[in-house]
Amino acid sequence: MKPACKSCTKEHEKTNYLHMKQQIIEILTELRPEFDFTQDVDFIEAGMLDSFDVIMLVNTLDEKLGISIDGMDVVPENFSSAEKIEALLKKNGVK
Amino acid sequence: MSLKFTYHNKRICGILTVLPQREVLFEEEMDNYNFSPAKSMKLKLAMGFNKHRIVDENTNVSDLAVFGINYLLNNQLIKKEDISALILVTQSPEHFLPATSNIIQGKADLGTDMLCMDINQGCGGFVIGLMQAYSLLEQQEIKKVLLINADVLSHKVSKRDRNSYPLVGDAACLTVVERSETPETIHAVVNMDGRGASAIQIPAGGFKMPGTPETAEVKEDENGNFRSLENLVMKGDEVFNFVQTKVPPMIEELLKIAGKTTDEIDYYFFHQPNKFMLNKLADKIGVPREKMPSNVVENFGNASGATIPTAVSFNLGDVALTHSYEVCFSGFGIGLTWAAIVQKLEKLKFNEIIYY
Repeated sequence: MKPACKSCTKEHEKTNYLHMKQQIIEILTELRPEFDFTQDVDFIEAGMLDSFDVIMLVNTLDEKLGISIDGMDVVPENFSSAEKIEALLKKNGVK
Repeated sequence: MSLKFTYHNKRICGILTVLPQREVLFEEEMDNYNFSPAKSMKLKLAMGFNKHRIVDENTNVSDLAVFGINYLLNNQLIKKEDISALILVTQSPEHFLPATSNIIQGKADLGTDMLCMDINQGCGGFVIGLMQAYSLLEQQEIKKVLLINADVLSHKVSKRDRNSYPLVGDAACLTVVERSETPETIHAVVNMDGRGASAIQIPAGGFKMPGTPETAEVKEDENGNFRSLENLVMKGDEVFNFVQTKVPPMIEELLKIAGKTTDEIDYYFFHQPNKFMLNKLADKIGVPREKMPSNVVENFGNASGATIPTAVSFNLGDVALTHSYEVCFSGFGIGLTWAAIVQKLEKLKFNEIIYY
């Protein structure tokens, strides 16, 4: 169903945004439960994700979201924060 | 843009894959790696770590190769007098000199009226070797070329290197190449970039850095892998990025040259670094994953230039004796090298796996 008004649209998009970010954090936490992924830090520089984690994360995201993240995008800088991962998912077709 | 090659009236006659009897399961080696068991098991699924075939410490390339040659001769799959050239593609030479191809020729008691050559190539070695075989067959004196892709790099990979050891495999593949009666055209493209030479290397043991007690010392790297300077080291991230960036456009270029669409190719037999990388390549090139087999690492390990013919032997088996296919071979890695061939894989005379 289409949203009834502009403000509703904004609210709806916001809800989706929160939902996607939350999902990403849940997946990251499942992958590395010893870290808090709600922190405002660079996940790669902080050692929270290594290259093998990135591979497992891509596999999980591909599977759960029914996409295939472009291999050229599988570089550490795209996985340094929940926002970067979200942008990557959007680039790869997740709405 | 790639360097382009075209060949006419050449074919692969048969493929024999020689694998070590010894099979080691990933679970048996998991404790060597600096990972929790749970993480190791997740990686097993993502990368296709499962089991690999590893030679014992006394087995080398010539042992596997001569075992294969004797099998071909004893089963009348080739005649000694028809072997005009032996091309060995390996990065596991038995000595600095002489060439291991000469050692194989001597041990197999082949004729002296032939050419032996070693080519130092790794993951791209099947394509490079095949191109060399096709070029030699332009000479009318050359009857058949025996291309051997063989490596025993498990000797040079640290057992405590989780980047490389779970993946490494040993194998020798013997591919007999000859002239064809059918007027098929074979298209090939090649690229090399030595600026990336350090992405996969064995730093010590050659003339530049001879082996010493210091180079043999095992140290831990920043990722928790343990290896010495005499072990193979692979910068996994760099290699992955290079492959994903360079290979898809090369395949697109080659198909355009060959006048084929992606759908017209029956199989994409690519080098087998790991399942994840191959799945990403298939998705990027836009071919169904089942057309690009990715099951060599999980069953046998990555034996460098031998993985493409192993994939043909393992996935097609006897079916290749009664059917012909349009195939795309592509090898990429050490060098850096990336190369590919599109050709018809005519009905083979033999296509099997034997165990040493």
